[in-house]
Order: sequence, then structure tokens, then C-alpha cells
Amino acid sequence: MKRALALAALLVLAITIGLSAGAAVFPVGDWFDALRGDPGPAATILWRVRLPRVVTGALTGGMLAVSGVVFQALLRNPLAEPYLLGVSSGAALGAVCALALGLSATAYFALPLAALAGALVAIAVVFEVARVQGRLDTRVLLLAGVVVSAFFSACVLLILTFVRADTLRSAFFWTLGSLSGASWGMIVAMSVYTVPALVVLFGLSRHLNALSLGEETAAYLGTETESVKRVAFLLASLLAAAAVSVAGVIGFIGLVVPHAVRLAGVRDHRALTPVSFVAGACALVLADAAARTVAAPMEIPIGVVTAFLGVPMFLILLRRAVRS
Amino acid sequence: MICGLEGVSFRYRGRSANALTDVDLTVAEGTHVALVGPNGAGKSTVLRLLTGVLTPDAGKATVLGRDAGDWKRRDMARKVAVVSQGGEAQVPISVRELVSMGRHPYLGAWSALSREDHATVDACLESVDLIALSACDVRELSGGELQRARLARALVQEPRILLLDEPTAHLDLGHEARFMELVRQYTVTQSVTVVAVTHHLNVSARFADRMVLLAEGTVLKQGPPDVVLTPDLLEAAFHWPVTVVDLGAMGRHAIAGVRDSAGGVP
Repeated sequence: MKRALALAALLVLAITIGLSAGAAVFPVGDWFDALRGDPGPAATILWRVRLPRVVTGALTGGMLAVSGVVFQALLRNPLAEPYLLGVSSGAALGAVCALALGLSATAYFALPLAALAGALVAIAVVFEVARVQGRLDTRVLLLAGVVVSAFFSACVLLILTFVRADTLRSAFFWTLGSLSGASWGMIVAMSVYTVPALVVLFGLSRHLNALSLGEETAAYLGTETESVKRVAFLLASLLAAAAVSVAGVIGFIGLVVPHAVRLAGVRDHRALTPVSFVAGACALVLADAAARTVAAPMEIPIGVVTAFLGVPMFLILLRRAVRS
Repeated sequence: MICGLEGVSFRYRGRSANALTDVDLTVAEGTHVALVGPNGAGKSTVLRLLTGVLTPDAGKATVLGRDAGDWKRRDMARKVAVVSQGGEAQVPISVRELVSMGRHPYLGAWSALSREDHATVDACLESVDLIALSACDVRELSGGELQRARLARALVQEPRILLLDEPTAHLDLGHEARFMELVRQYTVTQSVTVVAVTHHLNVSARFADRMVLLAEGTVLKQGPPDVVLTPDLLEAAFHWPVTVVDLGAMGRHAIAGVRDSAGGVP
């Protein structure tokens, strides 16, 4: 209960910081006027720009964190996350291909589907490379993920070089992410399919606990391992693909957030999954606030901020995994 | 018969030889059956076929009158529990949490452990003598304690059939006897059927009602320990001279002989 309150307080704080950070600075009074519905420049910025941006950031961060939790449980590897597995760049390639072929950027349902197709291709390639006698080798998996990721990013940049469609966003967006394109329409559309996906994944928490003991043990404890794995992989990929289609490729949230939550003593997936969602939401909203203010009025790519936090932690975890 | 195999053959994918060929096995309710034989004889494969995680290429594996492959995992887990050789991921959870996982087949997606579930967990922790360690991290347990925790988790499933895959491989003599005695009590008092894979012929001779001697994927002999534990059969299975000593009330004892440098028996 205390933990839940602390988490809620953290979320409120992150949202407050996210709403007040940015190029335009207004006195506190203007914000309250805007919240009450008074028209004015503060109201426009709040309702049209910052709030959708903060909500998109929160949803995206939460989805990336949950996707990380699920990949980590399924692969029994704390280093697994959509960015490092190549899932995110696969999704980016899928989305960019669809856009280059003429799909509109406001195709809120078709775009994530194209991204999902790319994400699944990436997973298939990475798993095929890393499978040694029916088992996934951790080191090969990560190496394959990074290499596949580099290849797909190169493909994205190649397409961006040749195709000059108005609907295509910058190379920055597809390699380091940005929340600048957030809109209410995007949020509503995204929620329609990601909320059910999240609910199903939360419902699988007990099975994810069982799977953490190993697949055969999970089967003996009553988990239909094959179907649970299939559904969980698909939905975790869908969350990552949805995140990419609205915010570009943002790395390390899926790694850092679940790890921090586990460090706080939360290991049961029935708590780990929802807590990671909220913590991921806070993390990305804060990272975005930092991206907007550090070099204001310029905006640095959000992936730069998450990489600065994520890479040191990844190295520590890698060192520990290789040692044991 | 509570479970068994009928003319079962099985080959692992990518292998050139059968793991099992035309194996018949009948396990009567409330008995303790020991599967013995050399490495690679197919003992663990028999257990996996009985749990339905493997499907026979030919023949039939049945559990409680139904084809093992037809069971939903959840229903199967309420009837059949497995204590495996280990190889489980070492996750940082407490002994109590590990043992509580045995209630998994009884719980819905959102439901928490009920008071009855907690009572079952307590009772099983008590019976394997791990109450004092219930808050302990499983990674800090000794080999014997970990195996007892695994047994407790299996018992929490309230199974009618307990499948043990070399459960005492890493245990010393005293811990092994205590472990087997505990299993024996569940067979005697609650008529839990036990099928145990083991390399410890002498221990299984004491605790098993029947023994099944497997070699190269076929059943060489099955029956009471004194029928199976004979020098000729054991030598045929293990390719090593064996002496069998009859200890009367203590059961039978197989002792591996010593060969001289020429390969003969001195």
C-alpha cells in the first residue's frame, strides 16, 4: 500500500514536471487558469501540446517497460528488452517501409501493424541465429540482437535517403525517438489495442512466474507453456511496435525500469508488471522533460537521454551475467 | 493401473536411435515403482512421456485412464507432480514462494492464495522440515534442502502421482534415506503413487514395491526388487560384474565387482 502511494506520488510528480518543462515558461497562475478552461496561450500549449505529449510519453514508457518485463521472463534473461533484441528497429523498418509505400502517418492502426510485422521479422531472425540445440544462448542472442538492430537501422536510413515523402519523419525519430508528434487522436487509437494487450499480459503474470523456473517446470505446474509463450511474445512485440510507431526507437527503458523495480524488491510478476508500467511511464516522461530542457530551446533526441542512463546499467548487468 | 505405457517407442528429434523401443509399463495405484538402469537407458524419457510433455511415436502413455497428451496442463498438474533433476533456473525467491508455486494449478489469473492454500503450504513445509527456512532465499539452500523444497512444492499440488527424476542424486546417505522415507509415508498414508528414476539400486530396493530395469531403451525386467536385482540381469544392463547380497529383512544389496586389468573378474 505504501509502495502504491509512493508510486502514485512519483507519477504525479513526473507529470507535473513533464507539463511545466519546455521552451515556453508561464507563471503558475496561468496554468491554473488554463486548467479551468480559460483560453489563452498557456491553455493552447497545455491542451494541444504538452498534455498529449506527456500522456503519449507515459503510455510509451509503460509499454516499453512491460515489453521488457515480458521478454525478460520468457527468455529468463535480465538483459532482454525490445531495443537490444532488435525488435524496436525491426518495428521501425516495418513502419518506414509502409510509409515509403504511401501509407499515411495518421494511419493510426495500419502503421503499428506494419511495425509489428517488422518486429516479428526481427525476432524470428535473432532467435534463429541464437538457437543452439533448442536453447537460446544469452550472449549470441544479445549479439544477434545488436547486429540485426544495426542492419535494420541502416535499412531505415537507406530508405529515408531515397524517399522524400512528407509523411516520413526524420532519421532522428527512427533511430533515437521523439515525442514531438504526439496528438490526442494518436493516444486514443493506441489505447484501443494496447490496453487490451496490457490486460492480457497482466493476466499471464502467474504463468510468467512459473516460466521463470524453467519451461519444463512451468509445464509440470500447470502452464500451457507453448501457447502462453506464443501469446506473450506476440503481445510484447505489439507493445514495442506500438511504442515505435508513435515515438520512434527509444532504447533501454525496457531494461532499466524493470531492473530498478526488481531492485526495490518486487519480483512477483503480478506486481512487477503493473509497477514497471507506472515506473516506465514516469521514466519516459522525465526523460522527455530532460530532453526538452537540457539544451532549451533546442530539443535533444529522447533516445540520447535514455542511452546515457541505460548504457552504464547495461554494462554493469552484462558484467554480472557473464561472470555468473 | 493408475498410469503406464503400452508398446511405447520414442525417438528424440535429430537422434538416429530410439530412446525407447516398445516399452510396456504398468503402475498400480498406491505403489512405489523404481526405474533403474544405466545412463541413457531412457528412464527420464519414461517420466516425460507420463507427464505428456513428450508424445510417443508409437504406442500409448496413459494417466488415470486418459491419454497423457490429451490432458490440459492445469488438470494434469492437479493429479501429477514432478520433482526433476534440477536444472531449474535459480531465481531469487524465498522457500515459501517456491513451495507456494505448487498451488499454481488451482489458482485463477488474478486470485491470491486463500487461507486453505496457505494451510496446505504450511503443512507441506512442515512435513519436509523446512518451516524454519521458509523465509530463506532458495539460492542459499544446500542441495538436500533444495530437493526437500522441491518435494514440498510437488506435495502442495496434492498429486495422486508423484514422479521423481533422480531426486536424491546429490544427497548424502542420511538425507537420501530421510527423503525416501518421507516419500514412502505419502504412499502409505495417502496412497500417493510414486514413479522414481534412480541410480541408487540399494536404496530403491528398500523403498520400492516394484523395480523396472531399463537398458538401451527396452525393459529388461520388471517385478519386485528380489526378481530384478540378480547378478545376471544387472550385469546385462550395466556391462559390469555385480554381486548381489541378500540381507534378509534389510532387502537386497547390489555390489559392483572389481575387474582386473585383463577385464576378467578376480
